[in-house]
Amino acid sequence: MVTEKDVLQIAELADVGIGDAEPGTFTHQFNAILEYFDILDRVEGSGQVAHELINVLREDEVEPSLPQEDVLRNAPATEDGFIKAPRVM
Amino acid sequence: MSGTIPFDPDDRYNAFLTTCKNPSHGNGKLAGVAVAVKDNISTKNIETTCASKILKGYVPPYDAHVIELLRAEGAAIAGKTNMDEFGMGSTTENSAFGPTLNPCDPSRVPGGSSGGSAAAVAAGMVQMALGSDTGGSIRCPASFCGIVGLKPSYGRVSRYGLIAYSNSLEQIGPLGKSVTDVSTLMSAIAGYDRHDTTSRDKPYTHTPDADIKGLKIGIPQEYFGAGVDPAVAAVVRKAIGRLEELGAVTVPCSIPSMEYALAAYYVTTTCEASSNLARFDGVRYGPAPDTNKSWHDAYTEVRAAGFGAEVRRRIMLGTFALSSGYYGKYYAKAQIARENVRADFNRIFSGADVIAGPTMPTVAFRLKEKSDPLSMYLADILTVPANLAGIPAISVPCGTAHGLPVGLQIMGRMFEDERVVDVAYAYEQAVN
Amino acid sequence: MADEETQVIVGLEVHCQLDTKSKLFCGCSTDYRVDGPNTHVCPICLGLPGAMPALNKRAIEYAMKVAKALNCEILNESEFSRKNYFYPDLDKAYQITQYDKPLAEGGYLEIESDEGGEKKVRLTRIHVEEDPGRLVHMGNVERGKYSLVDYNRAGIPLIEIVSEPDMRSPKEARKFLNKLRATLEYLSVFDSEKEGSLRVDANISIKGNERVEVKNITSYKGVEKALTFEMTRQKNLIRRGQKIARETRHYLEARGVTQSARSKEQEHDYRYFPEPDLRPLRVKSWLDGIDLPELPDARRERFMKEYGCSLSHARTLTGDLRLANFFESVVAPDKAGLSPLAATWIADTLIGELNYRDMSLDRFEPAAMTGLILLLKAETITDKSGVEVLRVMLDERLKNEPAETPDAIVKRLNLAKTAGDTGAITTAIEEAINENPKALADYRNGGSKALNFLVGQVMKKTRGKADPGELNRLLIEALKKREV
Repeated sequence: MVTEKDVLQIAELADVGIGDAEPGTFTHQFNAILEYFDILDRVEGSGQVAHELINVLREDEVEPSLPQEDVLRNAPATEDGFIKAPRVM
Repeated sequence: MSGTIPFDPDDRYNAFLTTCKNPSHGNGKLAGVAVAVKDNISTKNIETTCASKILKGYVPPYDAHVIELLRAEGAAIAGKTNMDEFGMGSTTENSAFGPTLNPCDPSRVPGGSSGGSAAAVAAGMVQMALGSDTGGSIRCPASFCGIVGLKPSYGRVSRYGLIAYSNSLEQIGPLGKSVTDVSTLMSAIAGYDRHDTTSRDKPYTHTPDADIKGLKIGIPQEYFGAGVDPAVAAVVRKAIGRLEELGAVTVPCSIPSMEYALAAYYVTTTCEASSNLARFDGVRYGPAPDTNKSWHDAYTEVRAAGFGAEVRRRIMLGTFALSSGYYGKYYAKAQIARENVRADFNRIFSGADVIAGPTMPTVAFRLKEKSDPLSMYLADILTVPANLAGIPAISVPCGTAHGLPVGLQIMGRMFEDERVVDVAYAYEQAVN
Repeated sequence: MADEETQVIVGLEVHCQLDTKSKLFCGCSTDYRVDGPNTHVCPICLGLPGAMPALNKRAIEYAMKVAKALNCEILNESEFSRKNYFYPDLDKAYQITQYDKPLAEGGYLEIESDEGGEKKVRLTRIHVEEDPGRLVHMGNVERGKYSLVDYNRAGIPLIEIVSEPDMRSPKEARKFLNKLRATLEYLSVFDSEKEGSLRVDANISIKGNERVEVKNITSYKGVEKALTFEMTRQKNLIRRGQKIARETRHYLEARGVTQSARSKEQEHDYRYFPEPDLRPLRVKSWLDGIDLPELPDARRERFMKEYGCSLSHARTLTGDLRLANFFESVVAPDKAGLSPLAATWIADTLIGELNYRDMSLDRFEPAAMTGLILLLKAETITDKSGVEVLRVMLDERLKNEPAETPDAIVKRLNLAKTAGDTGAITTAIEEAINENPKALADYRNGGSKALNFLVGQVMKKTRGKADPGELNRLLIEALKKREV
């Protein structure tokens, strides 16, 4: 069982935000879904995965980068070639 | 002969998010063919949004590998199609830009998440389209809209440029009105790509062959049991009878691990999605965060406004399932369940060449019919096993129930995409 | 040995950029430092939607080379995982790293312990990961603060080398780091000269107390400083009877202090899970194909044997790849003849002069040093003049002025020893004695200080050119004459 408090904590960890009316609905839905997920508690098996595809690597070769204008084109705010972001300190 | 094709469709079903007016095309086996592309496949200089507000205005500076291949074969990129936001849904109602309607019955959903691609083909706006299939997102709308859709074997088509929802499960694949169209499009997009290290060097150069004499078809009891509309089951059984008339032999079988398949699927997808979608912060692309606010506040604001409820729900579920102390209970267990599904299929395929059953347990839902998330998730039960195992699966129209299209699903051994195409082709040729 | 009660325990996590040509998961060039921001990025390292990583083989080979050199065991199967956290410089909002299946485990590095002699510092693991981008903090409180992001660094391959808590002082931590740097450079997988190519997190505790993680140490010297600060802080708290909080602290290089991180950073939940877009690695068998070059310890032994270096000189010279190569080049024309002088002059004098100028050894060519050593060996100039010639040579290179040969400098500054020209020395001696009657008197009363004083006076007059041995002999002779 998760509580509304848990849901608010998860929303914080996931940085998705949560509206005032939402915690109740989400909590109810989560509990239904998580209860359904509980079926996995009964799963048995080694889980040993037979990877047939291993060691997929590329050679250390330089390829062209994007032109700077293409890098910056989708950024909402830029300054002197840098991409602008909110403060972190 | 390269040039442009006329394209200015009446999009009454809201199949497209972006249309390319009179798109250009080159030479090749798809010369001049209009191909619609699901909006989660990156297209250089064409807005690519995943039907999400958080990517509104994002114009990729690069083409997905499949788009490069389509252009190389002369195809005309006709536009970008509507979908459930980031592929999360089975109705295309979870689009930030309004639902797509089912051309067979506009009061119903086209299925999802590649609903726009399926509707564009079903309505005759384009000859073929690309979709992506994480847990049925090509086959479900193909089934609901009465067209053909193939989920290729995992690794057969490069995912480079496909905006990831659940990397370990999804594949890009073709939708078309006929099996031949689907096969043709598949031949253009399949093959190794060094940019996708999960891709395999298995090109597809097949021409469909309708001879299925002696083919062994496994009929899993779970595909005709509880939760499957009896009317749908009856139509599918009749279709399988048709395959028997063509010389195929049916063998009963069982997939006991299906009990866990859906939970394993949703745990895996939500976990992977919670990580995949974390990058949408409005810094490098997308809506601008308020740079006067602190990082976390600005970021949360962008994401709360940019993501729809279902997307946030799945991100939160995945975040929870991966959080400290829960990895073993959810993600690790889901991977074991997945291996069990794979093992079940391997066992069945030692005695059967393909497996057949309904694509979806029901016909197309009414708009807004599925409002509860869990009941929506349960609708994917017949399609997710193929994704968990990585095997190829095709949906081909096989009649109607309640006056709406029903899809016959054929699943095959790993990398035997050609065989599922042949079975679908045999059926299609026999009924047409 | 430190007081048992306050024994310091240190473990390090060292992040080093691997010197590959292209980034870890894409073909962007790693040579980004000279270019503008966001010019070495592509859809992959910018984290554009839909882009996928493709693993650089050389990065794995380099990491394995390090693992082999540090005696680690390569795991049968390793894989990459996602470390999920939000930060503007992290383009995908997760870092592709290795978690429960790292490339290598175990191993050790030998360092010189505080008590002298060699000591093994055990290693926990070595794993491969990508570097995030770089943030520049802008603005001010009044006009608003914001960040600027440059993704050029995003995706540069790193190895993280995690040690066991086997170091017992900040000084040992610094020695560990220096030895590690030397080893990586000998392996040609790392370039310490590149800015920001090494970053360190340190765990430090006082025996019996909680440990503190110090993050954000970005220089070799910073490690000793940060840990010394932190050690003192912890000891002071304990002395006052307070408890050490288990926490993460940031090292503020400019102020030389550590500062507690915000609570949000203390409780990270990284939600690791395997990276679904990369395949597992089974590369243990590659080890056989990896040949190691001569490493610092072996070279140190060779320097002692081959060049007759003292342990201390050999350790210093081989502790830095460039320095060791420089030494061998300098003495190459005449190993036996030049080594003793070259070892002393390089290890004791040159390093100090370079550090004083904050100058890289790369700017000084071995041939010039050979020339200087030859002059010293031929006793053409005195040691004092030798230092002067060296300084002139370094300054010329630092200022990008035309570089003169040592001979030319000696000639221009008239530094050649006045050997044979006893006349000049004798004159200088007579002058010195005449000008300092008190010194003469002191000398007569048995003052050895007075003799040294007079030597200094004569040296001054001859501008250091007088051979010290000859000067001494002549001075004593002159003083004896005055006794009569």
